[in-house]
This record gives sequence, C-alpha cells and structure tokens, in this order.
Amino acid sequence: MPLPTYDTPLIFESGQPGRANRYLPEGPALETLLPADALRADLPLPDNSELDVVRHFTRLSQKTFGIDTAFYPLGSCTMKYNPRINDAMANTPALRDLHPFAPDHAAQGALAVMWELERALASLFGMAAFSLNPAAGAHAELTALLIAKAYFKQRGETQRNVVIVPDTAHGTNPASAAMVGFKVLSLKSDAQGRVDPDDLRRVVGPDTAVCMMTNPNTLGLFEPRIHEVSDVVHEAGGLMYYDGANANALMGNTRPGDMGFDLMHLNLHKTFSIPHGGGGAGAGPVGVAAHLVDFLPTPVVRANEADGTPSTATGWRESADLTFALDFDRPQTIGTMRSFWSNFAHMVRALAYTYANGGDGLTMVSKLAVLNANYIRASIRDVIDVPYDEINRHEFVASAQTLKRETGVRALDLAKALLDRGYHAPTVYFPLIVPECLMIEPTETESKETLDGFIAAFREIVATAKSDPERVLAAPVNTAVGRIDETRAARQPDLRWRARDSTG
Amino acid sequence: MYTPHTSSDIEAMLRTIGVDTLDDLVRVPDAVALRAPVEVTPQHSEIEIAERFRRFAERTSAGTYTSFLGAGAYRHYVPPVVGAIAMRGEFLTSYTPYQAEVSQGYLQAIYEWQTYIALLTGLDVANASVYDGATALAEGVIMAVNATGRKAVLVSQAVHPNYRAVLRTYAEGLDLAVDELPYGADGRTDLSSLEAALADQRYAAVVVQSPNVFGAIDALPAGVGARIKTTKTVVIGVVAEAMSLAALAAPASWGVDICVGEAQSFGVAMAYGGPHVGFIAATTEHLRRIPGRLVGKSVDGEGRVAYVLTLQAREQHIRREKATSNICTNQAHCALCATIYLAAMGSSGLRDCAALNVARTSELRAKVTAVSGCAARFSGPTFNEFVLRVPGRAADVLRALEEKKILGGLDLGRFYPELDDCILMTATELTTSADVDRLAAALSEITVRAAAHV
Repeated sequence: MPLPTYDTPLIFESGQPGRANRYLPEGPALETLLPADALRADLPLPDNSELDVVRHFTRLSQKTFGIDTAFYPLGSCTMKYNPRINDAMANTPALRDLHPFAPDHAAQGALAVMWELERALASLFGMAAFSLNPAAGAHAELTALLIAKAYFKQRGETQRNVVIVPDTAHGTNPASAAMVGFKVLSLKSDAQGRVDPDDLRRVVGPDTAVCMMTNPNTLGLFEPRIHEVSDVVHEAGGLMYYDGANANALMGNTRPGDMGFDLMHLNLHKTFSIPHGGGGAGAGPVGVAAHLVDFLPTPVVRANEADGTPSTATGWRESADLTFALDFDRPQTIGTMRSFWSNFAHMVRALAYTYANGGDGLTMVSKLAVLNANYIRASIRDVIDVPYDEINRHEFVASAQTLKRETGVRALDLAKALLDRGYHAPTVYFPLIVPECLMIEPTETESKETLDGFIAAFREIVATAKSDPERVLAAPVNTAVGRIDETRAARQPDLRWRARDSTG
Repeated sequence: MYTPHTSSDIEAMLRTIGVDTLDDLVRVPDAVALRAPVEVTPQHSEIEIAERFRRFAERTSAGTYTSFLGAGAYRHYVPPVVGAIAMRGEFLTSYTPYQAEVSQGYLQAIYEWQTYIALLTGLDVANASVYDGATALAEGVIMAVNATGRKAVLVSQAVHPNYRAVLRTYAEGLDLAVDELPYGADGRTDLSSLEAALADQRYAAVVVQSPNVFGAIDALPAGVGARIKTTKTVVIGVVAEAMSLAALAAPASWGVDICVGEAQSFGVAMAYGGPHVGFIAATTEHLRRIPGRLVGKSVDGEGRVAYVLTLQAREQHIRREKATSNICTNQAHCALCATIYLAAMGSSGLRDCAALNVARTSELRAKVTAVSGCAARFSGPTFNEFVLRVPGRAADVLRALEEKKILGGLDLGRFYPELDDCILMTATELTTSADVDRLAAALSEITVRAAAHV
C-alpha cells in the first residue's frame, strides 16, 4: 500500500494575512510597552485557518512512513511497537506541565518515576547507578567519555588519551571520542566478525583510556570472548564502555556489568519502546560501575527513607515509602550535560514499558527479538549472501555483493524496491566492513505473518533482480517521489523557503 | 508484553532456524551468564500501570500552585490542535528520514521548521534541531572554535547559568577556556571590558543572551557586533525564550552570526525539563559547520520537488571522528510540535502572545514592586520576566510563599551568591490579574511579618 502522492505546498505559500485563529485575547500594541529600537519591524509568518493547518499536517503525516504504517526492519534502530499507554502516561497533566524548577516537595511523584526507572536499569544491566541526564545515545557517549576523562585526571593518568573502537562500531563512537580530545584507534574485526582479545592485547598500553564495544556487535553477533576483552583492557588500566544500541538482544539474559563493562549507555528510544518521532527526542541514560558513580552528571535523584536516612537500595525497589530530592552538590561530578535534568517525558514512557513487561517479560522480549531476526535470516539465506551465517542475535547482516556482480542490483536498489512493496528498508551500507550490506532488525513486536510477508517480498525482489534487473533498478515507483537528486541538494543547498519578492 | 507470538509460531520458527529452544538462541559463555533472574518490577496490566501513574501524579503537587517560574522553561498556552496532529502515528513512530522517498511529509515539516527559525532569527539557515538550548550553545561555540581555530570563548554572566554550566562541561572535553563578562546595574551585560578582551584576538566567540537570564533585553548596542567581527570573532546570540522572537528585534539585526536557543515555548510541554527543543541558526558563512541534520529541497528523477537530508558529509555516520559533531538523534518530534504551533498561531497570534507576555509581566512588576521592602533589582526593559529584590533571603521568602500555594519564582542565589535576596519572576499570557494580586498580597503579608521579626 503506497503512501499518497498528492502535492503539498509549503505552509508559507498558503494562508492570508489576518486570517488568525483566536487562541488568545488580543494583545496590546507592543510599542506602548517597550522602546521602539528593541522591537522587530515585522513578523513575516503566514496566517492560516486551523482547518487548513490540520489538513496541511495531516497530509504531511500521510506522506510519512512510521512503524504504525508497516514493517520497519531498520537495523540498529530497534523499531518496535510504541505502546500508546506510554504516551497517555506521559500526558498526565501533573507530570506533563511540571516546571523543572518546581521545589522537590511539589515534584515527589516525578522524582519517584526517575528513581524507580534508574533502579530498574541498574538491576537489568548490572551497573551500580545510572544518570538519566543525557538526551540521546551520542550525548550519552560524550557523557561517559567525560566521566572517563575525569576519572583518569583524578588518578593522575592524563596520558590516557586513546579510545579503541572496533571497525564495526557506530559512527557516533569515534565522533564522541574526538569531542573529548581522545585519539581513536580502530581495531579490525577477526574473520568471525568479532574482536580478538589477542589482537587487542597488542594495541593496549599506558595510553589506553577506553575501549568502546557494542555487544552483540553491529553485525548482530555476540562477542563470546567479551570477558577476556574486558580483562585485557582492565589489565592495561583502561575502562570498558558498552554502547547499548543493541541492548534489545540481551535483557534478562546477560548483563554488561557482568561482562566487565565500567560504563554504558542505553537508547531508551530503541530498547524501551519510546517513539523515535522522526529522529528524536531520544533518551540515553548512562550507567556506571561503583568506582565511577561520583563522576556522574548532576543532578542525581537522592532517596531518603521515611526516617530521613539516605536509602541504600542496590537493586529494584518501589518508591512509595521513600522521599526524594534532586542532588546538585556532588564535588566530583563532570557537571551537567543539558538545560534540565532529563528527557523526563521519556522516563515516564520507559517506566510504563518496564511495568508492562516486568523482568520476565523483558527477558522474553529479547528472546523473541532474536527469534524473529534468525527466522528472517534462515528464510532468505538461500537467495542472498549472509556473510555471518550462524545464530545471530536481534539483527543480522546480508550482503548484495554476489547479486550485484550477477545482476547489477545493489543493496540500495533492494532497499528502494522494498519501499515500493510497502515495507521500510533495512539499514544499508552499515556496518562499513560488509560490502553491499543490508542490516535487518525485525524486533520482537512483529508477528510471524508480518515476517512471512516481508520474506516473500524480499525473495520476489531478488528473483526479479535476476530476471529483470531494470525493474529493480528503477525502484521506487510507487512512492510520493522517486530517487532524489542528492548531489544537487548538497551542491546548491536550499534549506529554507524565501518569499518570492525577497532577494535576501 | 507487546509480543504477538503464539507457542505454535515459536515452534515453527525454531524449526525453520534449526534449533530446539529459545534458550539455544541466546546462549552465552558461562563467564557472563546471569546467575539469578534480574530483579525488577513484576508484570502489570494497563489498568495497573494507569493506577501507578495516578499515584505518581498525586505525589506531584506543583500544578496546584500558582506559579511564577520561568528561567528557561515557560508555561504557555498550547492549542489542542498541536497535540492532536503531532501525535499522529506516522509522525510519532517514524525514524530519522534517511529513506526520503517514504518520508517526504516529515522532511517537508522539518524544512518548514528550518524556515520558521530562519525567519524568526533573521539568519540565513537553521538546522533540524538539537537537544535543547544549553547544548545548542555548546554546539554553537564548537562552530565558532572550528571557524576561528581559537580555544577560548567570552560569555556574558547574564547567560542562563545552566547553559553556562553545560558549556563548561563540554569545554572540559574540548580543552577550551571559558571567560566571562560581568552584568551591570541595568541587568544587562557590562561591555566596558570588551575592547580590552578583544585586543589579543584570542576568543573564538562572544556570547550574549537576550532576553537574558534576568529577563532584560540584552541585544548588543548598535555597532558592537560589527566591532567584534573586525577581530574575526564570532558573535553568538542565545535565545532561551523563543516567544521573545515574535516581538524583539531579530538577532541578525543586532549583529549575531550564530543564534542558538530553546523553542520549548512553541507548543512543547515543560515536562519537568524535557524533551525540549534546541535550535541553531547561522549566516551562510557558517553553513558547513552547523552540526546535526539539515533538510534540503531538491528534485527527483522526474523533476518533482523532493526533500532530502543533505550535507551529510558533515555528519558522524560518514565522517566518524572528523565530523563537525557527534550528534545523531535530535529533537525532531518537538520541532514538529513547534512547527504546528507556529502554523496555527500565525503571525498575528504570535504577536498577540508576545505582547500579552510583556503586558502581564509589566503588571506583575508594578504590583510586586509596590510591596513595601520589595524593588526591581535592575532598571532595564524586560520581556516576560524580571528580578525582584526582597527583604531577607529569597529562599526564605519563596518558602513562605509555597505555604500559601504560590511558586514565586527562581531563587537567583542558587546561581549568583550576590543575588541571594533576588527572585526571578515570570508572567506569561496564562498569568491572570488575580494570580498577580494573590502574589502581591502574599508577599506583602510575608514581608510585613519578616519586618516585625527584625
């Protein structure tokens, strides 16, 4: 079922001056209130009726593909169903309209939400504590590397400035390392797509700061020697960082803390069912082992028992009999990472999701995510290259290399052909080490029927590529637009509308 | 649980894969196997979840107070149309629009957002959003550092203290010196030391905020922006209250090269601090240093108008450690809310809203400065907040107000020890005369009582 193709003029090209919606009483003339030189001369924005605004954005939504539209097997992005109860809870007026500077005594429920979620995450992932401060995964990586930097500074080991990242790592890993002045050392994966502790041993040393790992890695493969990897890094005096982008594969089964990781982040917008919203807002809590807790960003939520003594809860605990405060007074903190405490509405969603599943449910979530991924792999491996054809975790990579050689059809073309058949495309050309890569992550919320439909479409496309490659190369033809001239977009950037009579 | 698998589905799928049990799929080495099941909450039905959150809401009483809080997060009217449209599932559940052919709607909405921000700031281009105002500032400073190769920045003390705190956190990673310009008696940035500071051309940027954290309109005076630029220093303007853009002179008109800020006021909930939505706008000169995503307009093979993420060669997934920033996820959905808000309000609605903010604040200021012992701390004109000096410690006065179910504002002593007798008070279009009268009466009672105790 293709998306609608109708033309939607820009909001700036519609409406009439003075066609205002009466949301507010009329305001006084600004000139009577403020000096003329402080005011702007005009405000050249369009006036549209509410109905026209509704139609405009409804049409735009119809030209947008979401999980709610159809299957979205975008590898590394964990596009699972976003339960509506989560949004309803985030929309509770007392929480939605809460001002960040509200005094603690008037925000106890909100603080309880943050504290309970923090406890649940610490328990699930085996860390001593989490900070809910970072706004997204990349922001969390930056936070964690600043923690590492502060830790080494305190120990007088400022020569530690190398971050080791496997060549399968997400692009954010090296980019985050660069933002704290660390040098990046890229480590080649072995023939099995894993990090070999012996290779690692040859590159670690007194300059090793952090080794950033994703497990399962971006090939969807579990790193079976992860504890040896941790030992190598720890013996060299470095810290282990867990990129939680793939945490949906292991909940309730194994924990980063038990693998030897000192620092980690989670993408709550992946694993904990928060809607991606077209690219954010996300949420990227950072977890740390006990020796790094003092460096966490401020504020942290402090819990007190009914008698006023600090709570010493180490695992999950309910909050009803506790009182809470935001703690800004932490001498060793790296500081704060954002304007206000956390992407709180997302903490509400993540906690609602945690309640909905419980510990057993989250364990089953991961198992079924792995089941779905392996089911697709096993069902297409006879028609496409699967470079690591073994039990994968929540995602796997296929390669169109042979298909390209035989037919000229590339991974990108397969992706576009899937769009024509009403499916979202997998992630393509990542990880970089697999040529013509397609990274497929179905998530646990898809039924067998949906997967079977996708498998049939995929097989049909590959068959078409072999019999009539031109048809696949021409895709997509059922979408609002065809393939876009990206070179023109980059060479002659047009990033905003301008009024026709303005030369600006 | 949101998994559709029946036991016969699972059996059939396991057979296709060629393993016997689910556990065979997730086996890990003994060394890292879980010793005992993880301890978290038991599974809840939806009814039980709703009950949980009803209790969290019950324990969150701030909404039952009359509030004069602002300082970077603002209570504004949000027409219901914003939520009704933004919560459409296609918008809510889509990923970053990398597959442009099936994301034309969202891409167009972001292009419209970029246009709104460009028009409001008066600058050439804006990005698809960043996390929030504070991180927008940090990213804006990184742009200036990359443009100039200089490793120091000069920031007004009247820039929001949380923004400065985040800048200091980032600066630690970037090995960047952060120096400050003091504020003066009118509550604006004191520029008397600026000339000397510019002399050795060591600063990548000068950063001022308008309206600043004291509510004062703090646009650079005529000629100052141009003077700063003669030293090849970038002028960064911060806007923590985007509603002010509808009334006040556009940042570009007072010399700003890079405008960074927070657009929570445009239809985004305060939500105890997030998600909000940061923006970065800049002159064309800085285009290729802008971090994060940009949507551009192009054409498809048949010449149809088409939108697409562009200039991706700046970004981390292509450039890795050489990227302009590590930003990946941004705040697209909040930017969408803001775009719908701006479209619904229109030029006239926004003007009215901004004017009402100024008017209500001027009424608030008149009534509370009339209370014996209270006075405006600074003299200059303000937008929708201002600083009230109270007799005694602000923290004590605020606590006494809380007993009367009033959140009187922000204790500035938290951030400025020398202003520990000062409250930052905010009024918006939602503040009523009755609210203001209640506050003035309560203040008057408290200050009389305090005077009696002296």
